[in-house]
Amino acid sequence: MDNKPAAVEMRNITKRFGSVLANDRVNLTIRRGEILALLGENGSGKTTLMNMLSGIYYPDEGEILIDGRPAVIRSPRDAFDLGIGMIHQHFKLVDVLTAAENIVLGMPGRLDLRKATEKIRAICDAYGFDVNPKQKIYDMSVSQKQTVEIVKVLYRGADILILDEPTAVLTPQETDKLFAVLRSMRDDGKAIVIITHKMNEVESLSDRVAVLRQGAYVGEVMTAETTAQDMTNMMVGHAVTLNINRPEPVNPHPRLEVKGLTVRNEDGILKLDDVSFIANSGEILGIAGISGSGQKELLESIAGLQSTEKGSISYIQDDGTREELLGKDPLSIQDMGVALSFVPEDRLGMGLVGSMNLADNMMLRSFRAGHSIFTDRKSPYKVAEHVVRDLSVNTPSIGTPVRRLSGGNVQKVLVGREITTAPSVLLTAYAVRGLDINSSYTIYDLINRQKEAGVAVVYVGEDLDVLVELADRILVLCGGKVSGIVDGRRTDKRELGLMMTRIGGADNG
Amino acid sequence: MAKRNQEPLVHITKRGTLPWFVSWGIRACTIVLAMVFCGIITILVTGENPMNIYATIFNGSFGTPRRVWVLLQNIAILLCVSLAVTPAFRMRFWNIGGEGQMLAGCLASAACMICLRNIMPNWAVITCMVVSSLLAGAVWGGIPALFKAKWNTNETLFTLMMNYIATQLVAYFIIIWEVPKGSGAIGIINQSSQIGWLPMIGSYKYLLNVIIVAVLTVLMYIYLNYSKHGYEISVVGESERTARYVGIKVDRVIIRTMLLSGALCGLAGVLLVGGTDHTMTTTITGGRGFTAVMVSWLAKFNPIWMILTSFLLVFLQRGAGEISTQFGLNQSFSDILTGIILFFIIGCEFFITYKINFRHVGRKGGVPHV
Repeated sequence: MDNKPAAVEMRNITKRFGSVLANDRVNLTIRRGEILALLGENGSGKTTLMNMLSGIYYPDEGEILIDGRPAVIRSPRDAFDLGIGMIHQHFKLVDVLTAAENIVLGMPGRLDLRKATEKIRAICDAYGFDVNPKQKIYDMSVSQKQTVEIVKVLYRGADILILDEPTAVLTPQETDKLFAVLRSMRDDGKAIVIITHKMNEVESLSDRVAVLRQGAYVGEVMTAETTAQDMTNMMVGHAVTLNINRPEPVNPHPRLEVKGLTVRNEDGILKLDDVSFIANSGEILGIAGISGSGQKELLESIAGLQSTEKGSISYIQDDGTREELLGKDPLSIQDMGVALSFVPEDRLGMGLVGSMNLADNMMLRSFRAGHSIFTDRKSPYKVAEHVVRDLSVNTPSIGTPVRRLSGGNVQKVLVGREITTAPSVLLTAYAVRGLDINSSYTIYDLINRQKEAGVAVVYVGEDLDVLVELADRILVLCGGKVSGIVDGRRTDKRELGLMMTRIGGADNG
Repeated sequence: MAKRNQEPLVHITKRGTLPWFVSWGIRACTIVLAMVFCGIITILVTGENPMNIYATIFNGSFGTPRRVWVLLQNIAILLCVSLAVTPAFRMRFWNIGGEGQMLAGCLASAACMICLRNIMPNWAVITCMVVSSLLAGAVWGGIPALFKAKWNTNETLFTLMMNYIATQLVAYFIIIWEVPKGSGAIGIINQSSQIGWLPMIGSYKYLLNVIIVAVLTVLMYIYLNYSKHGYEISVVGESERTARYVGIKVDRVIIRTMLLSGALCGLAGVLLVGGTDHTMTTTITGGRGFTAVMVSWLAKFNPIWMILTSFLLVFLQRGAGEISTQFGLNQSFSDILTGIILFFIIGCEFFITYKINFRHVGRKGGVPHV
């Protein structure tokens, strides 16, 4: 397979951010007619490396060869001229414009939308994309937006495509469709790089795997000749086990009862429609659904952060007495003696304060304690030391602003703080989003330990493989409605995928 | 190859944290550079010897004991306003209404001095002045905060507009209280009885002001960095969503902080009317409400550093005034010098945060391929 022509050769690429070495003399070859999976833990420098290829950063040292010729990529425009297109994790589209308008945006020359639309249609036909060029972006689903991003780079003549975690927001069915398209582009002779954390995707899609660890290039293997276990070991640097535990729930009893919960957002759009369920102590209740199906509103309603239209949320004490949580703010919920912990989706925008250090972030939950007008700085410091030790958080010091930590470590800090308060209900939203496999397993392990301690865990997840392995029961949301609640031990991801897109799944939908 | 193919002439990368002596070294060099640059401009434009100009600037602040006291007094008032706006800034509430809040305090003080002088003893008048000025400033700062908290209005515009209202109010009362009639000015209030004049400590007219502001600086430092309120302010400033998530009542924090901010501006008003000027004009604040924004930013909202930045600004201002009288230069020229120095100081922060990499000469891949 090595006889395939190299589209890109990166030689001895080094990039520093301040004192942080993001890439350390990395060598990487991307070949035409091949899908390369770029693997590595969080903060291992994958995205940085690819950003240098797409002109966002400029390497401090090293050189890049495109088709065997030295090239200098100073800006995204240079990258485009060289045929390099990157599809970022966060889409860069203008909501109020149509697909076609977004695609031609910033192109030099005279604007001819009709001709552009024809060309877009031709690209879509060639690869089997389903895009209506006249549709506005705000009317589109996440997967449609992503398709527009891909068409955008193809339209500009890219034949080297880089996709940064493209499947994070897709359902299994949408993922299959994307992969089919990527395969046909590969067969068309394009060079494709995909960054992902999901091993099953690497195995099913890629031809070759390159691994980075702590900014350095570890090596590469042919996908056919390796296993998920081997790749993980390469990434982490030592052997890890890849099984998620699912202990049997011990003495589960109802802890949280949600009845007829209905929520409208600020624009009056129905986000949750008559949602009812019970979360038991000592059990993990998984919540599945396409992103934006009401997961965020559900958790925020329970945590007292979302204004609701009707329904009830009862917290059931050990002795059977009920407390109504609806209409209370987080402070009064805390004052009622309800130990509720919430790991929100937006870690640095909601769960933590990015510019504050670890100790000050630990203080967020506890700073009110005591009658003094001054804050107690010593105990949060100890809590921070505790969390760093127990969860092996990789940080220069307790005094480091959390913004400087990598995604996995930020999440460990947040989860660590939320569980030190000994909660009886733990709400988590996308607890492992963007985390590498090693950190993910640490988080699963922490959640399981909470479950064994009798905590009622509500786990909103996007990786169905994980939900099926981790959760005791899984509630599926579809467009704000409960599509069904299934036993995690008896379901599979096909069934969940169908329930996510149609109420009740295939049989009764 | 027709296409230019070489690495960019410069590219900018972020530095790690520099050790303190390096970053302060850079700042010191910047000031020296700014001085040299100002010197060149001075020679080119005026033909004066820059050393003479610098000596005059220095003399303007330190020439005589009286000048030193005036310097200290000016620093005290400016620092007081800067301390006042800082909690709001830490909360990312852009209060540029320090001017109006200060004027509200001045107006309240003057009102007490004029209306209560015949019915109360001196100490009671002073007490009323302090209380009413704090309240007036708090109200002036609290109104925009209330609107921000309830209806999310833009605080920058709102506080700015409140400045104009305050100026007009002061103008109105000056006409009511003018002495002598028709002069359009109040003159020195209670010149003979000295009622409502803040007491002197020993024979030092300005010492009380300086002490009050020094104490306030320390208190503010402690409040912002060690109190629960200060912590709440930082959290709200960084992210309102995080604040709500941990149960901080954001509305309440905004209003409370602005009441404090306004009240301290009001205090600056008392120090000005009761402590030094003993009169009131529409321009009594001298733009300090705006200069305070710069003092606070330059010090990165740290009260202790603000001593230094307020000194710097007052020093430059005093020096500028001195040049214009000594050399018969236009006041604008000294403003130009102040501008240049500030530009250098603010610009140097860029070089502390970022590093400029120049193209390596003869580096592999760096040579143009022709």
